[in-house]
Amino acid sequence: MPRTLTINGQEVSAGNEQTILEAARDANIRIPTLCHLDGLTDVGACRMCLVEVVGSNKLLPACTTRVQEGMEVHTDTERLRAYRRQIIELLFAERNHVCAVCVANGHCELQNLGIAVGMDHVRYDYLFPRLGVDLSHERFGMDHNRCILCTRCVRACDQLEGAHTIDVLGRGARSLIVRDMNVPWGESTTCTSCGKCVMACPTGALFKQGSTVAEMVHDVEKLAFLRAARERKVWNV
Amino acid sequence: MNLEELNATATNERLAQAKKNHHLHVCVGTACQALNSEQIAKALQTALRQQGRNGEAEVKCVGCPGLCSLGPLVEVASRVNGGPTQPANESPADANHRTAVLYQFVKPEDAEEIIAHLGGEPVKRLETPLDQPFFTRQTKVVLENCGKVDPERIEDYIAVGGYQALLKVLTEMTPQQVIDEITRSGLRGRGGAGFPTGLKWGTVAKADPNRYPTNVPEGIQSRKFVICNGDEGDPGAFMDRSVMEGDPHRILEGMAIAAYAVGANHGFIYVRAEYPLAVKRLRTAIRQAQRAGLLGNAIGGTAFSFNVEIRLGAGAFVCGEETALMASIEGGRGTPRPRPPFPAESGLWGCPTLINNVETLANVPPIILKGAEWFAGIGTEKSKGTKVFALTGQVKNTGLIEVPMGISLREIVFDIGGGIPDGKEFKAVQTGGPSGGCIPAQFLDMPVDYESLAKVGSIMGSGGMIVMDDSTDMIEVARFFMEFCMDESCGKCIPCRAGTVQMHRILTKIQEGKATTRDLQILEGLCDLVKHTSLCGLGQSAPNPVISTLRYFRDEYLSKVKPG
Repeated sequence: MPRTLTINGQEVSAGNEQTILEAARDANIRIPTLCHLDGLTDVGACRMCLVEVVGSNKLLPACTTRVQEGMEVHTDTERLRAYRRQIIELLFAERNHVCAVCVANGHCELQNLGIAVGMDHVRYDYLFPRLGVDLSHERFGMDHNRCILCTRCVRACDQLEGAHTIDVLGRGARSLIVRDMNVPWGESTTCTSCGKCVMACPTGALFKQGSTVAEMVHDVEKLAFLRAARERKVWNV
Repeated sequence: MNLEELNATATNERLAQAKKNHHLHVCVGTACQALNSEQIAKALQTALRQQGRNGEAEVKCVGCPGLCSLGPLVEVASRVNGGPTQPANESPADANHRTAVLYQFVKPEDAEEIIAHLGGEPVKRLETPLDQPFFTRQTKVVLENCGKVDPERIEDYIAVGGYQALLKVLTEMTPQQVIDEITRSGLRGRGGAGFPTGLKWGTVAKADPNRYPTNVPEGIQSRKFVICNGDEGDPGAFMDRSVMEGDPHRILEGMAIAAYAVGANHGFIYVRAEYPLAVKRLRTAIRQAQRAGLLGNAIGGTAFSFNVEIRLGAGAFVCGEETALMASIEGGRGTPRPRPPFPAESGLWGCPTLINNVETLANVPPIILKGAEWFAGIGTEKSKGTKVFALTGQVKNTGLIEVPMGISLREIVFDIGGGIPDGKEFKAVQTGGPSGGCIPAQFLDMPVDYESLAKVGSIMGSGGMIVMDDSTDMIEVARFFMEFCMDESCGKCIPCRAGTVQMHRILTKIQEGKATTRDLQILEGLCDLVKHTSLCGLGQSAPNPVISTLRYFRDEYLSKVKPG
């Protein structure tokens, strides 16, 4: 049974299993996201898609919250805009995101969001951690300096490739994306070299070897296509 | 074991105990054990033999009686008339209490003297009064057996009425009646948030195990689960540890009653691996209860079956958060996930799961035995019963206390705690650990209940209570807790992972005299962000120590920042 709700004052109808994010998209209302990727399960981790729902004293992630009849959602309040900008600034301060020398410059979701939230400077101290670059794989590379720990690569590897080569090591700010039991990528015995993790990456952290500044374009749509093709036998997305 | 057999065991055990005139209770909780209390127990035993008095006295290793700062503690309970009989309606604990002597700072070499004085005048140089406010102002419900029963003997627990509540529930009550009883008692979750326990039980009982996709490992028959959360991680908190170490059977009994009420046949106790003694005693207790037919199949001769397994935490504070805890039990990385769905609907392996704190479950058997009205008669209108606190910091009596809800902070700190040592002044009390706040002197007369603590910017929390004197640097306190949260953040959501790092950085800058008023503004902005946008309770409450010190001790911050 379809549900009717309002998003930013606009009446929207949605399927009862749809999330706020899906309902908003169908109604051409854009909610910023980072850890969400069509084709992967949602984890509600980046907090960019938090929305206000009238009657709830908590902000709710649009990607994991299902629509309800009569729900009154606000996706673009001043408060939410301020939070989103802070979150993006925190990410830029956390690792070494230097766009000018990044393979994904111009094709980067983090960069795009920085522009979208109006980030003209970062109010926090840059932490400049010393993190390595793993170039041991013959076709791909991983630059931990540009990783935002969204775990899209982890989920793509697990859910779409079924290899679960990639996971997270450590916790908190010391978290690191690793392969197998923290071996260099090229030495992983489970990696199939399918490249789905590279497709899933929102920044320049995962890239094809040989790409130079601004050359790395992530093929994110392919993952949603794969999932739809496998699960729903839909071949033309 | 059915009710008749249980009663027979209880009677036999009581008669056996009544044959001894003197009961020497040696605390073998973690704190006293670290001070060699097991040697003391052995020395007492040897002295009994040497002096030929082992016929009239017994040495018993017990859980924490509470006053840890005076440990190792030995309690000598003697009967006045010395007769071998004991009133049937009186538990040994009551009888013992009539002439009890408590010895403090006991050493193994004191054993002979203690035994020699049995039945006569107590050893004056070791005695500490039992009528001091530390003992008289407490109300013991959860801790009533701690310091009285031997945690490694099921018979000792049965002798004080143990497992009576479970068999009563199984033979006389329907699951709905159990839930109604808990609901009427007004019991609220003791893990910190204070969610009404009866409501939670009712939700799990009603939840349909087939609504969400499930993935239960082979060999586990249950489609609903009960979890006991013993992942106590707040710095300075040791309430749950003491209950698990001192009265493990009560937790098993509480879990079994909960399982019956919600329709679960399998349970897990999640204990942090840093509590090896608690793990050992729980393991022993589970084995004993299984052998006695009080856990496992056909409990008490009824159709109800319930199995309990122990799972060890691997050192992550965040695994005390219920969704992270369940991920950990499932064998995954211990990170939280967004709710809904709540564990009551889709928890462990997707099944409806009841997850309660150790102390919450320990409250269940007495509620069943003594009735909801009795329990609701303790405490305040909205916060019923008692609360166990781990009283630590700059206070004379540190240890484990249990007080009725609604008692004032002043009574806890100055009467039970004995006030501030070394002639210093009280400054603040920190409740709720890294998720709580600092409460200044102006609120000393405030009642301790869920609502009042929340109103002044702290939380009840699981029960850590750290008293601070006027020499305490409040910014350092805030920085300590922020460092803790930063280290313990799982790293999944950005506000908590990156926000705590930046907050800690600013607090460090303030301490180093390098911060400006602009940094203070940024700090407040981060508090707001992390509190309202983090994924789980760890992040949502991480700014509380900073927010509350900024609110009540802002001058200290302002005196350390430069304009700018």
